[in-house]
Amino acid sequence: MESFAYAAPATLDEALDILKSHRRRKVRTQLLAGGTDMLVQMRTSDREPRVIVDIKKLKETNRLNVGGKDTYVGAALAGVLLTADKQLVARHPGLVEAVDLIGSSQIQGRASLGGNLCNASPAGDTIPAIIANGGVCVIASANGTREIAAEKFVVGVGRNALKPGEILLGIRFPKPAKRTSDAYLRFIPRSEMDIAVAGAGVSITLDKSGKCTAARVAIGAVAPTALLVPAAAKALVGTRLEPAALQAAGAAASDASKPITDKRGTVEYRRSIVAVLVRRAAKIAAERAGALK
Amino acid sequence: MAKVHVSTSVNGQHTEFLCEPNESLLDVLRENLQLTGTKEGCATGDCGACSVTIDGTLVCSCLVLGVEIAGKEVGTIEGIAKGDVLHPIQQKFLEHAALQCGVCTPGLIVATKSLLDSNPKPTEEEIRYYLAGNLCRCTGYDKIVRAVQDAAQTMRGKRA
Amino acid sequence: MSEARQFNAIGRRVIRPDGVDKVTGRAAFGADYTLPGTIYGKVLRSPHAHARIVSIDTKKASRMPGVLAIVTGADFPKVGSEEITGGEGAGDYKDLATNVMARDRVLYHGHAVAAVAATSVAEADAALAAIKVRYEKLRPVMDIDTAMADDAVVIDEQLFTSGLPEKPSKPSNVATVMELKRGDVEAGFAAADIVLEGTYRTPTVHQGYIEPHACLATINQGGQATVWASTQGHFDVRSGAAKVLGMKVSDIKVIPTEIGGGFGGKTTIYVEPVAILLSRRSGRPVKMTMTREEVFRASGPASATKCVIKIGAKNDGTLTAMSAWLAYEAGAFKGSSMAPGAMCVFAPYKVDNFLIRGFDVLVNKPKVAAYRAPGAPQSMYACESLLDELAGKLGMDPIDLRLKNAVEEGCQAAYGPKFNAIGFRECLEAAKRHPNYSVPLGPDEGRGVAAGFWFNAGMQSSAEIHINEDGTVTVIEGNPDIGGSRASMAMMAAEELGVPYERVRVQIADTESAGYTNTTGGSRVTFATGMAVIQAARDIIGQCKQRAASTWGIDGDMVDWADGKAIPKPGVNADVKPLTLANIASNAARTGGPLLGRASLNARGAGPGFSVNFADVRVDRETGKLDVLRFTAIQDVGKAIHPSYVEGQLQGGAAQGIGWALNEEYVYNKDGVMENAGFLDYRIPVASDLPMIDTQMIEVPNPSHPYGVRGVGETPIVAPLAAIANASCAATGVRIRDLPLSPPRVLAALEHAAS
Repeated sequence: MESFAYAAPATLDEALDILKSHRRRKVRTQLLAGGTDMLVQMRTSDREPRVIVDIKKLKETNRLNVGGKDTYVGAALAGVLLTADKQLVARHPGLVEAVDLIGSSQIQGRASLGGNLCNASPAGDTIPAIIANGGVCVIASANGTREIAAEKFVVGVGRNALKPGEILLGIRFPKPAKRTSDAYLRFIPRSEMDIAVAGAGVSITLDKSGKCTAARVAIGAVAPTALLVPAAAKALVGTRLEPAALQAAGAAASDASKPITDKRGTVEYRRSIVAVLVRRAAKIAAERAGALK
Repeated sequence: MAKVHVSTSVNGQHTEFLCEPNESLLDVLRENLQLTGTKEGCATGDCGACSVTIDGTLVCSCLVLGVEIAGKEVGTIEGIAKGDVLHPIQQKFLEHAALQCGVCTPGLIVATKSLLDSNPKPTEEEIRYYLAGNLCRCTGYDKIVRAVQDAAQTMRGKRA
Repeated sequence: MSEARQFNAIGRRVIRPDGVDKVTGRAAFGADYTLPGTIYGKVLRSPHAHARIVSIDTKKASRMPGVLAIVTGADFPKVGSEEITGGEGAGDYKDLATNVMARDRVLYHGHAVAAVAATSVAEADAALAAIKVRYEKLRPVMDIDTAMADDAVVIDEQLFTSGLPEKPSKPSNVATVMELKRGDVEAGFAAADIVLEGTYRTPTVHQGYIEPHACLATINQGGQATVWASTQGHFDVRSGAAKVLGMKVSDIKVIPTEIGGGFGGKTTIYVEPVAILLSRRSGRPVKMTMTREEVFRASGPASATKCVIKIGAKNDGTLTAMSAWLAYEAGAFKGSSMAPGAMCVFAPYKVDNFLIRGFDVLVNKPKVAAYRAPGAPQSMYACESLLDELAGKLGMDPIDLRLKNAVEEGCQAAYGPKFNAIGFRECLEAAKRHPNYSVPLGPDEGRGVAAGFWFNAGMQSSAEIHINEDGTVTVIEGNPDIGGSRASMAMMAAEELGVPYERVRVQIADTESAGYTNTTGGSRVTFATGMAVIQAARDIIGQCKQRAASTWGIDGDMVDWADGKAIPKPGVNADVKPLTLANIASNAARTGGPLLGRASLNARGAGPGFSVNFADVRVDRETGKLDVLRFTAIQDVGKAIHPSYVEGQLQGGAAQGIGWALNEEYVYNKDGVMENAGFLDYRIPVASDLPMIDTQMIEVPNPSHPYGVRGVGETPIVAPLAAIANASCAATGVRIRDLPLSPPRVLAALEHAAS
């Protein structure tokens, strides 16, 4: 193949057919949602021609359903649509915070949850938040659909679990239990427009007395993929998020991290601030879940 | 594969063009349609100089493919003023000296309009965060923020 | 300027004449011009920081679709060594030519090696990929310490340190040393009650203008080139391109486009001669624009520096001696801003004994270019930081320490001349009185003060004024309008002629239509070109008086000019009606022909600019992040022609200085490759990073300018670096001497201090 091509299928079947037929002819395809990562890569690191398959016209990738038992967020929905949805904000405030942190207002006009997952950057802001919320990826192929936990979706730097011919349709989140909420924090040198140096998504469930009964802690930008850190969650469960518990959770996150030194931060710095972010995010999530201040 | 024929609307005008499948909307606007008011500062979505709206949503035109706008409504800086009557945002940018070199100005005005269309009374903090993706290296943003505040007030007055 | 003067046009906040075009997207910048038949030029750049070029094979590339011309260093003429004058940065035309296109060596990652012109950018890019270059890699020299070491790899075997008493026997990476001294510095330190010393480092930073370099060039069969260029100085583009291409100056016409920021970075040339040559080879107009990545890798950033400052003082704060050891990276070719850095470092202070030694040091980075008060921010960051430490040790308010030693009119500047009327004390006193200076600080917050200084330049300018037949006024001058100068030129012409501002239009003319004018830089335009405009207006007034006299049948010296009208002098016995500019213009054919006023000058007496800034910051002790809460910029601006645009200079300079202090830096890997060549990771301040920048303009008129104008554009970037660093120290309790004060560095310092 010598030049680019573009297809914008109107139905899922059509999209899957396009993937299949090009695969048979050994023609490279790439799925396009918001394109905020992909277009930059096409211009710099990956200029090879391909068929661009735009999945923004599919109803499955555009559906947002918050009212029911589960929350479903279509993979191609632009961030602005998510941050504007009051029900979603009420149910998963940390997830929406993560969406809101991706790039500028302009980027949020395009960038999607699905794209952020599929791009599989170690620093993708929504990924720890999706994991903390127990997100499940809904994947379609010619053989039907399958589901896989978000923490298993990203398999390496820039690599995801999609097999050839598959499309990520959306992310399903279990409805949070009573007195459950979440928070996402990241650290960047500026106030906006940077890539996370470290990130932390935390979901907390409290009992009526304010004791933590369940938690999920996920960290980003401190390993090749975002990590779910059960040890950090364990340090919080059974506590009232006293300073010692927060300290222990932070330390567990720091221990679990496998950061590198690059232009955005050093190993030591990332280890140190990921603990800070976990502590702070846990506190915010607990306050949102109804903890007494 | 050959160029793609795209039929769209730009600033309310029916528009057709041919473009490569991987050509950005920014290049289409500037090169194919000669709408050079939209500027390229980085081509990576980091500076906001190429801000336009698609169906009313603010985007960086460098991060959109030209082929994606088929059937959509694109708004650029050239469509902000009505004939020779400036939009209040443009007028306030002039009155407050909210531009020095002026190259970030089209993007900032498009972004400001998008902000004020959805949030007629933004706080200073909301203005600063909404416009964080529009880099300006000349002004230190002070006069830009003041121009936006003043424009918001004027526009609220006109609506009332 | 002797008496306070009432002004009509100047000092008002009028709408700039080019404003509507700039808010509607009509203003045409460098990349916005296209001619019929335009093709696109792209540059192949070195993947190595330091290497010998073994061979370049363009055969395959030349057969690629759409390719119409390819050039390499071999296609450019040999250029002899000759100092560049008139521009803002130091340099040599031979180096300029080698920077535009590498010859036998590449000297930094991104150095131009070849260029292609093709019918589309994509085709040009594809052809670049097909050019085969063989390199023999050399060890890159990436910092001052390495470059100055005894066993350093020498970047240029022909470079022998200048400025030494005798020519050295060995080549060196130190291109130049300079020394400034007064009194007996050792005796001064011996007489001090307290002596402090500190070593400060600043990183390579970029001007960060939003518009990348861009030009369009076409050359006709007769060999005459026309170039549209985004530049601060189109006459410098003309002279530079002529030297690099071996052309006659008269064979190049440069038309300045609107310019999307420069800050000194657009005072030299990169792609312009390449575009001319590609146009000659292809027979087509050639457009060249840099990508943002190319701007970072291959235009001229500002010097990284290492500065060692030593200060001796009496217990009452009186300075007894100061010394400075200042090393500035020049990049791959000699000519950093070390000299102005050395001249500025102690300029604000009275001290009888000082010694300043400066070093211009080659490294394998892009050749530095001017950046707003070039050289001053780095050396003065060091000095103003150490003064802050001194104030702390003496238990003095940092403003009081500076007041104790501040230069004033009549003092001899450390760099030589005696100061005329200056406003440094006034700025310090205003800072002390400013309400922001007494705002109570919260926990983890700190306040820092620093002073800034810049000479400001005069240099050559020309202006013409045409009085049109309806009495409207056209001003023609040669300085690209980078921040509102059309407005200030129009205001000064209006003031002088006594006509409303709205009746004056200003044209920035090309190199064939405006008289020779030095670059838009050195904070010189409102001062020097403004003076030319005023003189051209006075030329017009002189002619108008003659025309009125001949109309009235009286002697020319019997006519006055007041409020835009010719009137007979008091006591002249003539029963005549005053003649307005419009009356005279409409009658010009009968009184001697069109009214054309002109002036050309080499302006002297640029008034130096002093500033005092103070900043409040808050530190997050767990992450090391500093937030700027308040920033106050006070500056002696002479006379503010357009106050809003003067304030804008203070605010913009503050923002750039804050970025320099907090986050901006070139991050290099071990191979000498910049790793953050984009706005994502080269972190200039965004709107949400900054507070409002409070300004206070002090107006101490410059006696050398008819209205008291002194340059204002560059001084504002000087003080913020130390103001932020001093505030950071106050907030954290830890003194960090290396910039930027990025969160990892601040956190590490806090942890180090705690352990």
